Amino acid sequence: MIDERSIAAAKRAQTSERTRSESWLWSQVAVLLSQIRSMAEVFLHGFRRRETIQYPEEKPYLAPRFRGRIVLTRDPDGNERCVACYLCAVACPVDCISLQKTEDETGRWYPEWFRINFSRCIYCGLCEEACPTYAIQLTPDFEMSEYDRRNMVYEKEHLLISGTGKYPGYSFYRVAGRAIGGKDKGEAENEAPPVDVRGLMP
Amino acid sequence: MSVVAMLFFIVVLLFALLAAAALLTWVERRLLAWWQDRYGPNRAGPFGILQAFADVIKILLKEDWIPPLADKPVFVIAPAIVAVTMLLGFAIVPLAPGLVIADLNVALLFFFAMTGLSVYSVTFAGWASNNNYSLLGSLRTAAQMISYEVFMLLSLVGVVILAGSFRLTDIVDAQRGMWFFVPQFVGLVVFFLAAIAETHRLPFDLPEAEHELVAGYHTEYSGMKFGLFFLGEYLGMMLSSAMIVTLFFGGWLGPPFLPPIVWFLLKTAFFVCLYLLLRAALPRPRYDQLMGYAWKFLLPVALLNIVVTGAIVVATRSPAEVGS
Repeated sequence: MIDERSIAAAKRAQTSERTRSESWLWSQVAVLLSQIRSMAEVFLHGFRRRETIQYPEEKPYLAPRFRGRIVLTRDPDGNERCVACYLCAVACPVDCISLQKTEDETGRWYPEWFRINFSRCIYCGLCEEACPTYAIQLTPDFEMSEYDRRNMVYEKEHLLISGTGKYPGYSFYRVAGRAIGGKDKGEAENEAPPVDVRGLMP
Repeated sequence: MSVVAMLFFIVVLLFALLAAAALLTWVERRLLAWWQDRYGPNRAGPFGILQAFADVIKILLKEDWIPPLADKPVFVIAPAIVAVTMLLGFAIVPLAPGLVIADLNVALLFFFAMTGLSVYSVTFAGWASNNNYSLLGSLRTAAQMISYEVFMLLSLVGVVILAGSFRLTDIVDAQRGMWFFVPQFVGLVVFFLAAIAETHRLPFDLPEAEHELVAGYHTEYSGMKFGLFFLGEYLGMMLSSAMIVTLFFGGWLGPPFLPPIVWFLLKTAFFVCLYLLLRAALPRPRYDQLMGYAWKFLLPVALLNIVVTGAIVVATRSPAEVGS
């Protein structure tokens, strides 16, 4: 069955056959014109705002959660937050954190030494996530280039800062249930006194 | 000009061209950056202009390595050919009235001879490198340059018909009434496209297309030999800009408030910048598109241009004038 639509299509095909060479020529001209248009557009880009930040003079914007140089923070009382649990060293995918646990006379744990090799560090922030005491934190600072690779190894005195970092007011030993110099079991914040497991009363 | 003055002029022109080619690397990077919303090299010296000299020093101090399996004499001579032929091409360019090294009566043919000889450079380089990428790149270059040369010459026949001479100073003088880009607009478009392909600048840089040929014919080159190829490329860019200005935009002609040489240099600089804009704006065509465009579109257009120009000249001028 020949309907009108197929007749029209056949006519169109015939016409396009006839004008193919003509349309090919026009497509070449169209190519030329479109290239001139894109040249004009690129030229006008010369008058746009520059994307470049001229770094040493202009500083880039760093988000508050930018992951840069790692620091060790202190609790509000000025004591080291780090309890030398080694979780950061375990979490570190490039093994750039090493430390040695020791404890003081009250039974409080702290690192004897704490070392981060920043020439290995990939600033992934897994140590910060692993830290149970908010001690290790990443800061928005990346300007730590050195001419000597050995200077990239930071010791505890380089890592420790005087403040609390991102979590002001948090002190691990104040909320933890562990008995430690002067604070006995059940005396931490929001902690109930210990249950006497041998007593009969609830 | 006396012999001493001529020698002095040649030396000055030589140094000016080499310095301009070195500076052009910086100009190109700054302009590309400008069109890409960046700054480009702006640290060394005022506006970063010393970057060009830093690049020259760097490339001179680089290790100049010749591959063990290369054909050594050919490998060494190939980059020199392109630089020398492009420099020789400037011998016929009239910078201002009387300011031309060789005012040949076949200057246009000399120009084509020089650009034709530069094909040897890439062919030798690709052959002598003993490297597949180099060979493929040089094959493409040879095919591209030879086919574009055909109608590069044909596109200028219209200019020659109008001026009645192959001598470039005569051609410039013939443009006192009207610059030839008006009557020979088709010729200008064809010549400009051919000149891009001839200097294998982007977007017609298929001989050195990075994504498929590493670096084409100069894959194996390093140090100043590589530098010579680029010197040749930048000189070729300036030479073809100068030729476009001379043939279609009235050479040194211009309003008299500036000296003729300034007009010439300004116009040439404009076309060099246009070359750089082409690089910034346009993508590379496919190889078959490039060749198809040349043979199926530009060649017939150039031939048609000759026929129409010749017919108009014959129809409008007296037989005696045409015969002379």
